[in-house]
Amino acid sequence: MLDTALWISLTLIVMAMAMNVYRLAVGPDVPDRLLALDTLYVNSIALIVLLGLWLNTKTYFEAAILIAMLGFVGTMAICRYLLRGDIIE
Amino acid sequence: MTFYVITEGIIAFLLVAGGLFAFTGSLGMLKLKDFFMRLHGPTKGTTLGIGCVLIASMLYFTVTQREFHVQELLITLFLFITAPVTGHMLAKTGLHMHLRFYTGTRGSLPEFRDEDVGQSRVARPARAHHPWRTKAKRSRLKRREIV
Repeated sequence: MLDTALWISLTLIVMAMAMNVYRLAVGPDVPDRLLALDTLYVNSIALIVLLGLWLNTKTYFEAAILIAMLGFVGTMAICRYLLRGDIIE
Repeated sequence: MTFYVITEGIIAFLLVAGGLFAFTGSLGMLKLKDFFMRLHGPTKGTTLGIGCVLIASMLYFTVTQREFHVQELLITLFLFITAPVTGHMLAKTGLHMHLRFYTGTRGSLPEFRDEDVGQSRVARPARAHHPWRTKAKRSRLKRREIV
């Protein structure tokens, strides 16, 4: 049961990431691409957690925490650059 | 034995629900019409989906390794705090860049009007006024040559 659920979840998340990459490629404006990148890193965290469940190790959670924090900081930096024209004034 | 079967069922349900929510959020980002609609999918659906997946992982490692495992709760908490902040900043960026928006959106928000800073002296009222009657008030002010 867990194996089947893992496969279903993996398939859905990989399809979600493919849709994010499509929006990243054809997004009409800059904030659309930024939103696509934001969703892409959130989905990659889910993918890493599923990898940890698949391999039955706890090694990958530090990578997930790192991706969460650096993704948030990166999104904030690009938003601030688009809003103010500068990151640190 | 039945405890393990029930726990496995809960974990499987949470995994499938998380995948479905993440898929729905990304589908909303793919299919909706303008940026302000597209913002809704990832900030709500994807966040809920990853919360489900992380809680499933926490349950799995708590049950199989027989020790309480709270690192995933940290990631969940961090993501649930930062997702509304990111959505707010992205919406502010979209309003600032004057993106095209679908005209079915009703009302005229003050942010959607052109910025009038630096072009003319506009009397800014202390209280917020009615959003549809500003034009008459401005023309009345212009007739008295205040602006």
